[in-house]
Amino acid sequence: MASGNLRRREAVSRAISGLATASSLVAVAALVIVTVAVVRHGAGALSLSFLVKDPPQFGGPGGGIASAIVGTSLIVAMAAIIATPVGVLCALYLVEFSAPGSRPARAMRLALDLMQGLPTVVVGLFIFGLVVKPAQAESGFAGSLALAIIMLPLIARSSQEVLLTVPRGLRDGTDALGVDRWRAIMTVILPTALGGILTGTILAVARAAGETAPLLLIDGAFTPGTTVQLFGHAVPNIPVLIFTAVESADPSAFARAWGAALVLLALILIANVGARVLLARSRARMGL
Amino acid sequence: MSSSGGDAIRPRVRIQDGSASRPVPAAQRNDNGGTRRAAVFDIRDMSVHYGENRALDWTTLRIDRNLVTAVIGPSGCGKSTFIRSLNRMNDSIPGFRIGGQVLYHGHDLYARQTNRVEVRRRIGMVFQKPNPFPKSIYDNVAWAPRNLGMKSGLDERVERALRHAAIWDEVKDRLRASALSLSGGQQQRLCIARSIAVEPDVLLLDEPASALDPVATAAIEDLMHNLKHRYTIVIVTHNMQQAARVADRTAFFSLDERDRTGTLVEYGDTDTIFTNPADPRTRDYVTGRFG
Repeated sequence: MASGNLRRREAVSRAISGLATASSLVAVAALVIVTVAVVRHGAGALSLSFLVKDPPQFGGPGGGIASAIVGTSLIVAMAAIIATPVGVLCALYLVEFSAPGSRPARAMRLALDLMQGLPTVVVGLFIFGLVVKPAQAESGFAGSLALAIIMLPLIARSSQEVLLTVPRGLRDGTDALGVDRWRAIMTVILPTALGGILTGTILAVARAAGETAPLLLIDGAFTPGTTVQLFGHAVPNIPVLIFTAVESADPSAFARAWGAALVLLALILIANVGARVLLARSRARMGL
Repeated sequence: MSSSGGDAIRPRVRIQDGSASRPVPAAQRNDNGGTRRAAVFDIRDMSVHYGENRALDWTTLRIDRNLVTAVIGPSGCGKSTFIRSLNRMNDSIPGFRIGGQVLYHGHDLYARQTNRVEVRRRIGMVFQKPNPFPKSIYDNVAWAPRNLGMKSGLDERVERALRHAAIWDEVKDRLRASALSLSGGQQQRLCIARSIAVEPDVLLLDEPASALDPVATAAIEDLMHNLKHRYTIVIVTHNMQQAARVADRTAFFSLDERDRTGTLVEYGDTDTIFTNPADPRTRDYVTGRFG
């Protein structure tokens, strides 16, 4: 039955599909191994007091990471407040207001892609020079600015994707009624795309929550107590806490690092699952 | 608009047999003769390009008030391009250019000072695929009035629109339900209700029944007979029987063999177009010999 090099082609095809399957298994395995390691080492540190108590003032065992949880939440929330409107407006510009394929739209997309590839330590250095150095003080807000720069392209690109899935018929429908485009955007197009945009924002938040490099530069010299002062004060945060705990010679700090890593991972996982649920709902709403 | 009106009782049918000859406005009188109808659209030498491609050749015709005017023709003959040019829906298409004049009650639709959002307020459009907003039935109809500042008596306005679109009885008990829960035919009538809720002057229907089953199609056709007393209706259809059933006037567009451009072949009373067309291309089309 075999005609020509059929057998050879079948072998190659099998090899390639095997390779692809193996690679995806490796990716999943990497995730599983990291997660298992974090859970195994971190679970021991986890307790209620770990979540609600501040780290001990002068090091040593005991205490928790409450101040870092509060700090990271604040810094990331502020970053989201800054980056989300700008990101969504960028997406609106790309999808609703610029002619597709026009020069400014292409430039904008390229800029967003480049921004996405920006090394985060460079972003940190930039904010350090722009905000921290002149103010002579590290601050949580400076950290928020850096994280906002990191989140912006993620939010803009994901919002753009979602806006593109809003059926063209809806825009035709609003246009044909003689209602201005911006009203249509506010009352029909954005509400339709809202779930998807929130998903993108949450994923960006999850990404920013673990960002360490910029915070080391601009929000790394904090005192361990809980604070809600984002402006003018360095605010404790989980990534830097993990970094300093691992660097320190104190073995109890090492355990705290694993615990903090577990908390961070759990937060990100919850955010991701929530985002996916939202996206599925919004898809159903659009009738996709 | 020179000599074409004449004193003929029969509407004059104009044949276009080459790009050199420009058609002269056709029917100027209604079927009963006598009363002269007001022109809603006076389209003169309209031509449309998308980038380098010419989509529509010299088109000259008049669309009169309170009539149903059907636009028929084979695929790609420029029917949709034509109707979408009447409320400037093509403006957003990259490379769209229009030549000639589209006069709407004497105002040039494409003049610099003409606001296209206002144009679409007066000239509503219903599309081939029903496109209700992902909102409640009520909010679909109320959306445009709300955003256009017609907020007083909103409930009455919504009810009136739904009644005129012949869908009130089916939805009056579930106005808060999602519009997406309606059947395709109901969605299309809802879209018609949504269009007439802002009291437009003209309704453009771009193949409104082509995605619907025969029963829903019949409902839409019935609706058109009633709506034409209030609105001027232009309907694009690829279904000749539909044009014959609903339209007072019919315009037949075709593809020019030489340059593959949409061309108005013949325009006149629906009866004339279907029983005694002047152009052999029209005859071939309406008798089903091509297209």
